Amino acid sequence: MDKSEHLRLYNEMVQIRRLEERAAELYQQGKIGGFLHLYIGQEAVSTGLIAARKPQDRVITAYRDHGVAINCGLSANSVMAELLGKATGCSRGKGGSMHLADVSKNFWGGHAIVGAHLPIAAGLALGDQYSGADGVTICMFGDGATNIGYFHEAVNLSKVWNLPVLWVCENNLYGMGTTVERASAVSEIAQKAVGYGIENHRIVGMDVMEVYNMAKQLIDEIRAGGGPRFLEIVTYRFRGHSMGDPERYRKQEEVHKYQENDPIGIYRKFIMDNGIASEEELNAEDDKAEAIVQASVEFAESSPEPGPEELFQNIYVEA
Amino acid sequence: MARITMREAISQAMWEEMERDQSVFILGEEVGVWGGTFAVTKGFYDHFGGERVKDTPIAEAAIIGAALGASLTGLRPVAEIMTINFAFSSMDHIVNEVAKMHYMFAGQMKLPLVIRTVGGGGRQLGATHSQTPDAIFAHFPGLKVVAPGTPADAKGMLKAAIRSDDPILFIEHATLYQMRGEVPDGDYIVPIGKSTVSRPGRDVTVVTYSKMLDTSIKAADQLAKEGIEVEIIDLRSLRPLDMGPVLESFKKTNHAVIVEEGWKSFGVGSEVAARLYEEAFDYVDAPIKRVAQTEVPLPYNRTLEQMALPQVADVVAAVKEVLNG
Repeated sequence: MDKSEHLRLYNEMVQIRRLEERAAELYQQGKIGGFLHLYIGQEAVSTGLIAARKPQDRVITAYRDHGVAINCGLSANSVMAELLGKATGCSRGKGGSMHLADVSKNFWGGHAIVGAHLPIAAGLALGDQYSGADGVTICMFGDGATNIGYFHEAVNLSKVWNLPVLWVCENNLYGMGTTVERASAVSEIAQKAVGYGIENHRIVGMDVMEVYNMAKQLIDEIRAGGGPRFLEIVTYRFRGHSMGDPERYRKQEEVHKYQENDPIGIYRKFIMDNGIASEEELNAEDDKAEAIVQASVEFAESSPEPGPEELFQNIYVEA
Repeated sequence: MARITMREAISQAMWEEMERDQSVFILGEEVGVWGGTFAVTKGFYDHFGGERVKDTPIAEAAIIGAALGASLTGLRPVAEIMTINFAFSSMDHIVNEVAKMHYMFAGQMKLPLVIRTVGGGGRQLGATHSQTPDAIFAHFPGLKVVAPGTPADAKGMLKAAIRSDDPILFIEHATLYQMRGEVPDGDYIVPIGKSTVSRPGRDVTVVTYSKMLDTSIKAADQLAKEGIEVEIIDLRSLRPLDMGPVLESFKKTNHAVIVEEGWKSFGVGSEVAARLYEEAFDYVDAPIKRVAQTEVPLPYNRTLEQMALPQVADVVAAVKEVLNG
């Protein structure tokens, strides 16, 4: 990975952080409706994972999808506009925070029913296998999703059919407000892959380079025909499950402890310690990211609402 | 044109589409080596191979999810859910993903997906294996739901469904596979979302579909002997629901009976009757009648099961009732 690539990833992580901080403000001002699930604290996971993919590799995730969208190459403008429900949003204002997608960027959503996108990921991978394409499908989901039937049906099928899919469990220690230990029979989620005969790994997801290196290795193995792989990435969300979470299930000291391990700070240090870029250069990236996000807010606020005709568009392809 | 069974008609449609288009493939429980639990895909595995005739685990969510995902990549999967009763295990996928993804992502994703399944009672399979929950599935915008009642329609509509870019639930009836009928050879297409006049008549409109089409025809034969001319409209598609021929017929006969195999409450008959009252109230000469399944979980015992299912005599009685007031 060269300097420009490092700076690009760093910029994306800061962009995600700033974009979500602004989104939280806009939510509190009533400009964003519905649910808003922030990814703050988990940025290194999707940034590292998606940096390891090739353009033909598909990405699908759950509802905590803003960061994944940015990493997949969606513009901050199209993400912010979607959060504000505008016609210029990536789903033209019909999806909202939980349903971001851009098929042209091989980002297949943004799925809001816990676990439901795992069988779909198996299907995306089946599509590539059937067509003889060499794409790998990267499917991200939370620890909570591993307790639902979908997980088991999809992971089993992926092994039975030797599908080119990378299962990535983002274990942020809580399914909403319930700790992994209170909801899952095993607290190391990677153990669940053992029962399906799938090679599995468990890493900490605060260091973007560690995530990238692991993901790259696994994606290469899958692309070479090795079949599915399972990667558990232990991470932590600094904010509540969604906006308006009273966070009775954890102490602020715990949150502060994890915040000391901020993935953006860790990456900054890595870049400087290795002489990849200077502090000034990183600060310049911070400013650039800030400017992109500021512009996205202005873009979204000045964008038109979807017209009434949009209500009846895209129910079917064929009327 | 050949006189073949419903089973052969459905099989023929899939075979021809798979020969025509490499992107069409089948997946489901026992569709391959076994040849299909209703023998619809017999011979497919040997001819097309395991890559295109994919046996799955008994895991309905995985079946629908895999088919849905594959359809997003441009393939045209035909997923078989062994019976519609098991579709409830994939109900979340069908209503929350299949029916919504095209709309929710503003047209970015297309789902050229067919879900073939089998409904209906009458085979003494008990309450969990005998349901006709078609109306439930027809409730959701974004999904198309069809249920042919003749071999010709089965072939033509299945071919149309496979070629469609929309997700379509294709409901067959467990007791109709042996039914014979004239079916055009080769490329025969019946459009999705079009109801049709199955039998012309001047006195009363009977609106029905699937197995109850046959029941209604038998009732009409009996009534004809008594001088009552029944016009039968076969809905064929429940969503989109084509009320055109229904309204046209009703405006002529001013009397209607709706016959369905599912339960009456919140059913197909409720919907059609409501639309007739909304759109043709001035033409109503008598209260519209609904014939439907008795509202019990279907029992195993043959006599009790048949008591609960709508019979020819029920249709005959309902027609006489609407005509005689």
